[in-house]
Parts: sequence; C-alpha cells; structure tokens
Amino acid sequence: MSTTDGRRQPAVLWIGTGVALLVLIVAGLGIGAVSITPLAVLRALTGQGEAIDIAIVRDLRLPRVVLAMLVGCALGSSGAALQGTLRNPLAEPYLLGVSGGAAVGAVLALIIGVTAAAAVPIAAFAGAVVAVLLVLALARAAGGARDPRTLLMAGVIIGAFASATILILLADVSPDRVRGALWWMAGSLSDSSWLRVGWLAVYVALGMALLVSRGRLLDVLALGDESAAALGVDVGRATRQVFLISALLAAASVAAAGLIGFVGLVVPNIVRAFGVVRHRALIVASALGGASLMLLADLLARTLRAPLELPLGAITALIGVPVFLLRLRRLR
Amino acid sequence: MTAGVALTFDDVSLAYRSDGARVVEHASIIAPAGQITAIVGPNGSGKSSLVRGVLGLMPTHSGRIFAGTTDLLHASAREMSRLVAVMPQREALVFPMLVREYVALGRSPFLGLWDAPSAHDLAVIRGAMERSDVMPFASRRTDELSGGEWQRVRLARALAQDTPILLLDEPTTFLDIAHEMATFETLAREAHSGRTVVLVSHTLTLVARFADQIVLMHDARVAAAGTPRDVMQAATLEAVYEWPLVVSHDPAVGAPTLVPLRRPR
Repeated sequence: MSTTDGRRQPAVLWIGTGVALLVLIVAGLGIGAVSITPLAVLRALTGQGEAIDIAIVRDLRLPRVVLAMLVGCALGSSGAALQGTLRNPLAEPYLLGVSGGAAVGAVLALIIGVTAAAAVPIAAFAGAVVAVLLVLALARAAGGARDPRTLLMAGVIIGAFASATILILLADVSPDRVRGALWWMAGSLSDSSWLRVGWLAVYVALGMALLVSRGRLLDVLALGDESAAALGVDVGRATRQVFLISALLAAASVAAAGLIGFVGLVVPNIVRAFGVVRHRALIVASALGGASLMLLADLLARTLRAPLELPLGAITALIGVPVFLLRLRRLR
Repeated sequence: MTAGVALTFDDVSLAYRSDGARVVEHASIIAPAGQITAIVGPNGSGKSSLVRGVLGLMPTHSGRIFAGTTDLLHASAREMSRLVAVMPQREALVFPMLVREYVALGRSPFLGLWDAPSAHDLAVIRGAMERSDVMPFASRRTDELSGGEWQRVRLARALAQDTPILLLDEPTTFLDIAHEMATFETLAREAHSGRTVVLVSHTLTLVARFADQIVLMHDARVAAAGTPRDVMQAATLEAVYEWPLVVSHDPAVGAPTLVPLRRPR
C-alpha cells in the first residue's frame, strides 16, 4: 500500500530487506576460514565448481545459514506479535523471560534423557509457557500487567531466575551429555545438523502460519481492551492464543540455538518506522528482518576475531541495547 | 443495517471485580430505535460502567442487557459487535497507523481470518468517513491528529461497524463548538435513519437540544428518565449535582438550558 503522507515508504523496507537478505546469505556462505567468491558460492549451490567449494558451501555453511535465518524469523515474528498484544514496543521473548523459561525446559529435558530433535522444542515450549504465567502473575502482583515497565521488570526477574536455574542444573552435568551453560546463555549456531534445522523449520512454519492468520486480530488487540472488545474480540482468549504461539516460536529457536536476545525487540521497531504497521505485514517483514539480522550477527561473530568465534547473543545484545534505550526514551 | 433494534438494560446491577462494590444498581433503561438517548450524571455515577457492561468487561451481578431480542450478556463478543458499535471513552494508540487503516478496522467484526474487505465493506468505510468528516485527513497518521480530529476518527470507526445501535461514551470531549454541534447533528441523522443512538455525555445543555430521552444517573442508580423537559428540572439536577443552578429555556429553540450558579459567599 502506498502512503501519501511523505513518510518513509513501506516499499523501501521490503526491497531493502530482500536485497540485504540475499547479500547476507551469499556472504554467510562465502566468508569463513576458507573464502569463496560470491560467484563460486552460487555455482557451488547448484552443484557446479570445485568439489571442496561444494562441500564447504552445501554441507558446512548452508545448514548454519538456514538455521540462522529460521532463528531470526522466529524471534522477529514472536517479538512483533508480543509487542502488539501487550501494546508494548519493548516487549520481546528474551526480555520477557519467555526465552529463559524455554531454555530451562530444554535443559531439563536433555538432563533426563529426552534428546529427540522433535521433542526438545516441546519441552522448551512447556518451559516458556510456565515463564509467561510467572511473568504475568508477578506483574499483576507488582501492580499492573498492562504497564509496560512493570511487565518488563517481571520479565527480567524471571529471566534472571531462569539463568540461575540453568547454571545450577548444569553444574555437575557432563558437557558431552548436555551442551554447557555458556552455549545456552550466550546463544550459538554451532549445532546446525539438518535434522535439528528441519524440526526448527516445522515449528517456525507452524507458528508463523498461526500468527499471520491472526494479523487482523492483532491489529484490533493492539487498540486496547475496550476497543478490541467493541470490535468483537474475546480479549482474554485472543491474548492467550497469541502468547502461546509466540512462546512456541521463541521456544523452538531457543531449543536450536540457545538464548539470543534483542532480535525480537529491534526488528519490529525498525519495520514500524518504515510505515509497516498492520500486523500481517509487520509479522512477515519482522521475520525477514530477523533473518537478516541473525545472518549479520553470525557473520560478525565469526569474523570480528577470527578464528575465534564470539558469542552470538553478545553481538545481538550490543546491537539491541542502544535501540532499546532509544525506544525507552520515546516511550515517555 | 437492520433498523429498529432497541438497547435495553433490564434491572442491571454491575460490580467491580476487585471489591465487589456495585457501580450500577438495578438500572432499567430502554433506548428505542430512531431516537437519541443520553445518559448523564455526575462523575462516578455509573455512566461509563453501563458501557463497559455492554462490552462484557464488567462483572454482571444481576439483570440482562438486550440488543433487540439478543441477550448481550450471553452473546459472543463478535455477535455483540455486529449489533452495537461502541466508542469507548478513552483510547490511545501505542502504535500509530493511518486514519483510513484505523477506520477500516470497524469492519473486522464482519471479516473472517483471511477475508479482504469487500466492495461493500469499502463503501461502508467511505460512507462512515464522509459522515464524520474525516476524509480531509484520511491519509494522516493517528498520532498526528488534534484531540478533536481523533474523536471524529474514532466516531468514524464506530460508524464503519454499520450496526443498528451506536453506543458512544463522551463522543464530543475535546471538540470545539462547531465540531461538537456537527457531531450531534451527525448523530441526529443516524437516529433519524432508524439507528438507536445512546450516548454518555457531560454537556447537559447540548444534550437537552438533541436527545429525545435523557437518563440521569446518580449514585449508581437511575435518578430520573424522560424527555429533556421532564428531566431538566432545577430541583432534580441540584439534588444530583449538589450545586446551585437554574434551568431556563433557550429562547431560540425552546430547549431547557442549564446555568450553574456561583455559590453565595
């Protein structure tokens, strides 16, 4: 839809995101210990060129690039939906403690021996739901689940509690049975087997389809309880639905890549600044933007101090905190 | 639009969730189709609670609320929103959007998850924007509107629901005289076309000019109801508002006019 208000054009965002995504995919496949030119990357993808290039691009780097994109999709769309439902531009799964709860769920499942690639996200989902309930109860006890700052405070507290729980749970677990605490808390794309990526794709596709189908519902929910009720929405039921779907998306990403914060915060706010505000478009654009941001963050994590690999969650936090502070200032 | 659907409060008592205190007690109001019914009363007398009661956001202690023959307390939110268009008292958007996008949300009670607005929906949206005079800023953002413009945009959204009943909580707050009069004239036209118009208002004098029926709320109860001439009695209003006043009659239109007095020193 074209706007005549002289603001930034949504078209700029869609084209920009599309181009950025393509460039970052090629860069993600080409840059690393062995550099491969963009042309050779494209040839390798279609099975042409040198065998070593084909092996590196298709077997080593492609699963990781796809994993990064899926995690970014899940976090971006989950953040957009949570912000709309809570009417809070600072909401996102990490800051709300949802991701932390998911990590506890996943770690518990792995410790008791549930390791199937399909099952770990389910355990993470259960942990995420518990975290959502705790955050809402805590915010209500502190004087208002509708106040953006109270809710964030509750989320940060539950997130800290989740981190502590993970540290204690993993204190005496052998690292070859369950990935270490640092993997969970700093986030990593190091475990990119096609099996894990495949299951993540299933959960992300399911969650995205459910969210996109509720685009207009989210538009109405974002108006506020009274207006949403006036427009025929069962506010309690709709809010629970969106929470559950967002928790599923966040949980799937945590099970696959650990705790990665701020992607769900940064991306929807940038998308909205370009005039994309209706939720169906906002969710899709936030998914694509999230994928781009994750590819960029992973590229930085791998190259800034190569051959060392920096923790991914640290990179996204470095990008995200300034955006959070800017947005917080505009909140009042 | 199905014409001729009355809004009826039948012995309604509403309570606050937290302490169980009644904010409305045994209120019976019949707002007939084709008329403007104004609900007036001091702050905290229960006016807005009646609106929240219709929305199902206020626990009902007893009584029933009907739109025509539909029991709203047992209807789904969606059924309600196809019969009654509610304009809540306050609404601040955290995420601004374009005025026309906002007004279009008035059609959401009639659209399925994947439906795009039909030609009929678009015509209704356009008509609602024309009647509430928001066309000149249809492409502006909702956070760039004056308080008065925002009120009219919200009215447009309610009109876009195209329901037989309009229930408006303080529709003319923030409006200057011209836009306040224009809004009342719009509402009068809606009533004339067969809609049931119910509004909560503080502007007694203006309401007396336009309303067919006035319901005066006091301490959670209906203190008086009837034509403006019946209800706008100095003794009744003084008792309810606890302030000295006189009721005169507008020489031009003959409607009762309320003049609050200064207290004698």
